[in-house]
Amino acid sequence: MDVTLPTTVDEAVSARADAPDAVLLAGGTDLMVAVNAGWLNPTAVIALRSVAELGQWRVDGDQLVVGAGVTYERMLREGLAASSPGLADAARTVGSPQIRSAGTIGGNLGTASPAGDTLPVLVALGAMVELAGPDGRRSLPMQEFTTGPKRTALAPGEMITAVRVPVASGPQQYRKVGVRNAMVIAVASVAVVLDGDRRSVGVGLGSVGPVPLAAPEAAVFAADAVDWSAGGPVLHEVDAAVRFGELVAAASSPIDDHRSSAAYRRLAIGVLAERCLRTACAPAVGEDAA
Amino acid sequence: MTTVETGRVTTGAPPSGAVGASARRPDGGPKVRGEFSFSGDLWSDGMVWGATLRSPHASARIRAIDVSAALAIPGVITVVTADDVPGSKFYGLEHRDQPVFAWELVRYAGEPVAAVAADHPETARRALAAIEVDYELTEPVLDPEVALAGEPLHPDGNVFRELWVRKGDPDVRGEFVVEGTYELGMQDQAFMGPEAGLASPADDGGIDLVVSTQWLHNDRDQIAECLALAPEKVRLTLGGVGGAFGAREDVSLQIHASLLASVTGRPVKMVYSREESFLGHVHRHPGRLWMRHSADRDGKIVSYEARIVLDGGAYRSSSYHVVANAACFSAGPYNTPNAVVVGFGVRTNNPPCGAMRGFGAVQVCFAHEAQMDRLADAIGMDRIELRILNAMAPGDTLLTGQIITGALPVADVIRATAALPMPPAASSDPMARPGGAGRTTDATDVVRATGFAVGFKNLMYAEGYDDDSHAACRIEGGVVTITCAAAEVGQGFVTLCQQFGREILGVDDVVVAPADTSIGSAGSTSASRQTMMSGGAVEKACRLVRAQIVEQVAASSGADPDHLAFAEGRVVSVEGPVAVAVDLAELTAEHPYEAMARHQHRTTYPLDADGQGDAHVSMACAAHRAVVDVDPELGLVRVVQLATAQDVGKVLNPTAALGQIEGGIAQGVGLATMEEIILVDGKPRNPSFTDYLIPTALDMPEVAVEWIEVPEPDAPFGAKGIGEPPVISSTPAVVAAIRAATGRPLVRVPVRPTDIVGLTS
Repeated sequence: MDVTLPTTVDEAVSARADAPDAVLLAGGTDLMVAVNAGWLNPTAVIALRSVAELGQWRVDGDQLVVGAGVTYERMLREGLAASSPGLADAARTVGSPQIRSAGTIGGNLGTASPAGDTLPVLVALGAMVELAGPDGRRSLPMQEFTTGPKRTALAPGEMITAVRVPVASGPQQYRKVGVRNAMVIAVASVAVVLDGDRRSVGVGLGSVGPVPLAAPEAAVFAADAVDWSAGGPVLHEVDAAVRFGELVAAASSPIDDHRSSAAYRRLAIGVLAERCLRTACAPAVGEDAA
Repeated sequence: MTTVETGRVTTGAPPSGAVGASARRPDGGPKVRGEFSFSGDLWSDGMVWGATLRSPHASARIRAIDVSAALAIPGVITVVTADDVPGSKFYGLEHRDQPVFAWELVRYAGEPVAAVAADHPETARRALAAIEVDYELTEPVLDPEVALAGEPLHPDGNVFRELWVRKGDPDVRGEFVVEGTYELGMQDQAFMGPEAGLASPADDGGIDLVVSTQWLHNDRDQIAECLALAPEKVRLTLGGVGGAFGAREDVSLQIHASLLASVTGRPVKMVYSREESFLGHVHRHPGRLWMRHSADRDGKIVSYEARIVLDGGAYRSSSYHVVANAACFSAGPYNTPNAVVVGFGVRTNNPPCGAMRGFGAVQVCFAHEAQMDRLADAIGMDRIELRILNAMAPGDTLLTGQIITGALPVADVIRATAALPMPPAASSDPMARPGGAGRTTDATDVVRATGFAVGFKNLMYAEGYDDDSHAACRIEGGVVTITCAAAEVGQGFVTLCQQFGREILGVDDVVVAPADTSIGSAGSTSASRQTMMSGGAVEKACRLVRAQIVEQVAASSGADPDHLAFAEGRVVSVEGPVAVAVDLAELTAEHPYEAMARHQHRTTYPLDADGQGDAHVSMACAAHRAVVDVDPELGLVRVVQLATAQDVGKVLNPTAALGQIEGGIAQGVGLATMEEIILVDGKPRNPSFTDYLIPTALDMPEVAVEWIEVPEPDAPFGAKGIGEPPVISSTPAVVAAIRAATGRPLVRVPVRPTDIVGLTS
């Protein structure tokens, strides 16, 4: 097996051009499962850990740029969690400490599972996914990046370099239902982001569709339901959270599988969304407020 | 306990490594540091890799098997099928009904069809893919009720056992009657270390096999039969075992690896992947149980009827005896004067089921404890009071008519459990709520409730089985060596051997020799039997050595043998005129002392046509109180605390005993809330730890424990086996608590979120 260890994005891109069948290795938390299970038998590997650019994050004005190689563990620390508490909440639900120390946000995007934990947050944040390839660099809106279950808009030879999201300017929530209390694949998950600067609400849904979904109607409803002028976002009417949950449930399109049923997923996604908005808009009484 | 001062002895603190102390396990440090050698780490120069081809279909006729393409792959050394099995083509733990390799029919998804040996695991995997098996698919029979009435799936028929237990008057009824039907999904033992072994051809034409197992000698006999070898030419040594819980009682890769070693003339290593592990070992029987109880106004149980159907899957394994346990203990540890019970173990095209911790008692306890709650509610009585009122005690009779002669403090475990402190009020940590790390649930979304359950089962084998265990003890240069073939699977038997050696012979250095077949059988590490059976043999062997030394020291010193004690590496006199202080290292430096011992329990007898007879050796009971936090809107559960008092006879090692209780509770919580092999068309849909979920640290409750120490007659130091009771009544206690929190009937485990929110189809 050929292993290449590029140190720059350009080197990584040209390594891919030299070996089109090579697989990209970041944290390996998805790749090694596939290899060990015999689903994948790579003949060449491009290991990305030495690419310095991928491992960095920075604040660029009111934007946060997170390198594709940033691990879940790092999303919980440094200034990253303060700049994006929703990503931090999502990262905390991933696997065990060992997995969180290895797995990366770029890997979560590249695998593009409908259950990928950071993906609903990126949808809710309206993230741009930054890519590099043989034809140079480009960026795609998050919702154009995922095209189906485990399918992306990555062109041949292209790789993910970073995601760009707004720095938090309001409460962010991520809630996830699984069948146990940790180390579990999402049965349904919701991200709700309140953007005080833009007076907008973002919603992202996981495991209730072929790709992470937005819920634009629910998002617009919530933005209107929130009083942005008070000392923080509060709901004009408390019952608005219930209606919001109903709209989110209506935006989902879940399926039955061995992990749960479509009916339960629809119920859960509504309840989670309701609670996200309720708590995000009631920081004084909600003890979970960030 | 004694300590020694100037050749005389005074009472003092117990030696740290002796009986009753939390002696450290010899394998503990290496396991924590990642240095312990598990059977998956085995290696031999020149070894090759074995792999198994398994049927993807639950039911099919094999038209042809073509291995030529596999043999043509460079690096493939051999491919074996049923044609290559020189001896018996069948094996089985208790009854040889399972083909080593299927050749005409496959009866479950995962059944072995062929095996390969190759120079590399990847080569072996490719070889498996290149074997062409021409299957003609047939309709699988997946419902045990259909199988009971249907065409035989095997020449032995579809009923592994139909056991009736009739006691008292079948027609009498009490004023209050409750009935219910209960179901359990298929639980897996989910041990961490997958099946692994290394088989090496020996110069004498035999096989040396190092393997993870629960019973070396039974494996040896099955391998010998299938390879047409004399048993003494098949020598087994226990590899490092990463958990068992019943799943290693049946042969998995033992015969395949030995056959490949025999055919290739080279050492063959086999290691199952996690997915193959799920296919390659038996599971806990799923069950459907109907029960009807009646009681009088005071709460005394008057009558009991039950019909228990356990799905044994395609082959018998231990179904025959699981059915016996399920039927015999189906009423729980309650005096039940009149009963009619029938238990069935049924063959289907589902994966084979067999031994798992609790062995039939788990399934019935889930049902009878739900019934006890219903009965108390129907009468309007306190649920715990009803249980105490009906609690069995020594002198009472089991459903089988057997009079309980050993310890069985049922009322004591109930009272002690109920008296344990309740957990603190809800934590402010959102991760400690239902949903855990998913932070689904705010404090206002939580309902807390409590449930209670009691369970019991027998210890050791039953129904006339002539069970025994062998052990040897040797002391040389002051170092004691214990030899016993008992399989250490994580339960702590090696620690116990050391404790017994220290306690009886007064030395610190006790070495436990590798377990192998060079000594007589120790029987299986199952049925909560090793502490009592092999512990009994080790105790006897140590006492024989002690007696030899006492005789020698008494003769040479003139001291009265009754005045001699063993402590701190010396034989000393504790009273009498003669002062003795003989150093055991010096005494045994040139003249070792050694002894062999065999231990048997008292005789048991078969059950008659009405399920009556003295079939069981000893009983053990426990009670569990579960406190759960439930998010009823999302159907999520966090088990907050399990409190338990357990009938243990005598605690030999508090840390080890606590480990058994916590581990059993983890498996009980798992069955209550998440653990199930999901079958679609008879095929496991979730054979991985991604989808077969077992409790994590965030799912594991706080555990509060009280030991109930009533010494068991004829048991070493009065100790009972303690591995199984923790897993029996913990599950129904958790489910009772979820019922109390939600008001839902919840008659099936595992309880899923869909059950709690009322979306189950």
